[in-house]
Amino acid sequence: MTLDKTALVVDNNNNSTEVNLTGSASDTADMLDMTIGETVGKALLEDAKLNVRHANVFYGDKQAIHDISLDIGKNEVLAMIGPSGCGKSTFLRCLNRMNDTIPICRVEGSFLLDGEDIYDRRQDPVLLRSRVGMVFQKPNPFPKSIYDNVAYGVRLHGLAKNRAELDEIVEKSLRRAGLFNEVKDDLHKPGTGLSGGQQQRLCIARTIAIDPEVILMDEPTSALDPIATALIEELITELSEKYTIAIVTHSMQQAARVSNRTAYFHMGKLVEVNDTDSVFTTPQHPLTENYITGRFG
Amino acid sequence: MNHTEKIQHSLKKRHAREKRFRLYGLLSVSISILFLLSLLGDIGFKGMPAFWQTKVKLDIHLDPERLGLGPNPDQDDLFQANYQRLIADTLTRMFPDAKTRQQRRALKNLVSKSAAYELRDAVIANPQLLGQTRPFWFLAKDDVDVYMKGRIDRNLPESQRRIKDYQLAWIDTLKSQGRLKQGFNTTFFTNSDSREPEQAGIRGAFTGSMLTMLVTLSLAFPIGVLAALYLEEFAPQNNRWVDLIEININNLAAVPSIVFGLLGLAVFIGFFGVPRSAPLAGGLVLTLMTLPTIIITSRAAIKAVPNSIREAALALGASKTQVAFGHVLPLSLPGILTGTIIGMAQALGETAPLLLIGMVAFVADVPHSIFDPSTALPVQIYLWADSPERAFVERTSAAIIVLLLFLMAMNALAVFMRKKFENKW
Repeated sequence: MTLDKTALVVDNNNNSTEVNLTGSASDTADMLDMTIGETVGKALLEDAKLNVRHANVFYGDKQAIHDISLDIGKNEVLAMIGPSGCGKSTFLRCLNRMNDTIPICRVEGSFLLDGEDIYDRRQDPVLLRSRVGMVFQKPNPFPKSIYDNVAYGVRLHGLAKNRAELDEIVEKSLRRAGLFNEVKDDLHKPGTGLSGGQQQRLCIARTIAIDPEVILMDEPTSALDPIATALIEELITELSEKYTIAIVTHSMQQAARVSNRTAYFHMGKLVEVNDTDSVFTTPQHPLTENYITGRFG
Repeated sequence: MNHTEKIQHSLKKRHAREKRFRLYGLLSVSISILFLLSLLGDIGFKGMPAFWQTKVKLDIHLDPERLGLGPNPDQDDLFQANYQRLIADTLTRMFPDAKTRQQRRALKNLVSKSAAYELRDAVIANPQLLGQTRPFWFLAKDDVDVYMKGRIDRNLPESQRRIKDYQLAWIDTLKSQGRLKQGFNTTFFTNSDSREPEQAGIRGAFTGSMLTMLVTLSLAFPIGVLAALYLEEFAPQNNRWVDLIEININNLAAVPSIVFGLLGLAVFIGFFGVPRSAPLAGGLVLTLMTLPTIIITSRAAIKAVPNSIREAALALGASKTQVAFGHVLPLSLPGILTGTIIGMAQALGETAPLLLIGMVAFVADVPHSIFDPSTALPVQIYLWADSPERAFVERTSAAIIVLLLFLMAMNALAVFMRKKFENKW
């Protein structure tokens, strides 16, 4: 994010004040902060899969997320965009409690999955993560065979009764991830030997093998070439028929291509969220407009 | 001067510096190799002869009368008979020129004292030998052996060498009759420590070391690895107690080993009553000494496992324990094994703490369990290095060779295991 270098023009007919970009970066940040205000657009849905209300996340003393309320609907693909450090990945990692692994991270607010509190003391993160899967930015297959990678979660949760059923799940998952034909003869070769795009599809296959309800994707294509990216995007669209998907991306084209709704984050706040078409064609918030038109970010 | 010239000017300096640095590196590598080679060469030169041993052939007339045996001797009689006398008789017959007391004693000392036991064992095994005259190969006394290996210069004045002129004459006679031969020194590997150099071997010390290592490995490996795993994967971070433990583990690694020996003496032997001089006590003390090494290297290996693997497993719903044992431990095992072998090699060569817990005692038996009194290879080396006999000097070096070979074998095993685990995926 290069705010200090970017001329930022804020539309005056909106309810925000004008931003004057003559000060230092921190001044600019303060001023931007003031202009964000309430989330605009359509943050809340009826009959949503995930309901988040008044989420605040802190890393030690630093607040990474400020009072975000957002719903993610059933079988929808929600894209989260925004400049680096805006808190979109942090927000995503709250949804399957991956932030638990960071000792200084503190999460406040209510996170409901099908009406159940994710952060309830009785909620077992193991069960939660089997319902809310995650695909990471960098492909991270286990240093095991392709087969064992996909079978790992299935074995872990005891989802297959016997070897034949396991074989079937592995094949089905690889097929749905669009990888089976490429690797069917090499199932027992190491997953780390695949290309980057194949590795990422292997990670997706591994995630869907345990049949989660929600899949979180944290910039899944940022390490991949355009062809591999296109394959993954196609896959996301197919998967949305069955799963609810939340995807963090730095590519606005990707957000426009794959998502139903788009949320724009800025400085730890949710600025705007709306149907993808309207976000990209008629953004309501000046910050959103500036971002999607490439004036900063 | 324009830009390019400036860069070219500085480039010359940089290249010179690089060359100089490479030269320094090469120089230090050569010096260390030189030191290593001279060390190994010296040990090899001194120690190799110890793997050969001179034997003397004597034709012994197994006269029951001289042995003081009746017509039908039983086992006890055979066991207690004076075989030494037969050997003395034989030698006196061969060399009647030995007149004085001193010369007669010197004559008896041509062969090892073990000759009488060998003779006894032969007779007990086969009593039919009584009354016959048979040739036997006996171990030569250490002085004869050292002379045969050319380590005593016969041109020196008589007063300056351990072998007198008349002894030299006997040895020459034996040699000319083909009664002296050099063979592989099996005694060195089958016997334990002895006051007589030609009978001294490393079996007791070797077994003691093995038993000690066994105790150390079976305690230090699981405790060290689990401690490292806990500290890295489960312990709360930024916790004062955890920090304190970490600092203390690092401190323990720097504690002189003799302090661990004192601790072992006070705690294991004094308080818990572990038998003194036993491999159990040695193993416990060396466990204390090895633990910090294993913990520190294991933690480094565990830290090196990329976090993305942990996240991948956690995101699939693995519990912390499943991540630790299913992913982190197998992935860090090569590093952990290397650390363990380094720690074990350290422990194998450790002498000081063993001295304090009594493993320095003279033990002529091979230990059969971790509770038997025993010594260890490095302590045996220390003991022999203290002995004035020339034959012990070469045995010291030979024991060092065995210890080094043992260490090399351990390192080879470490490399092999590392390779094996790495190839698994």
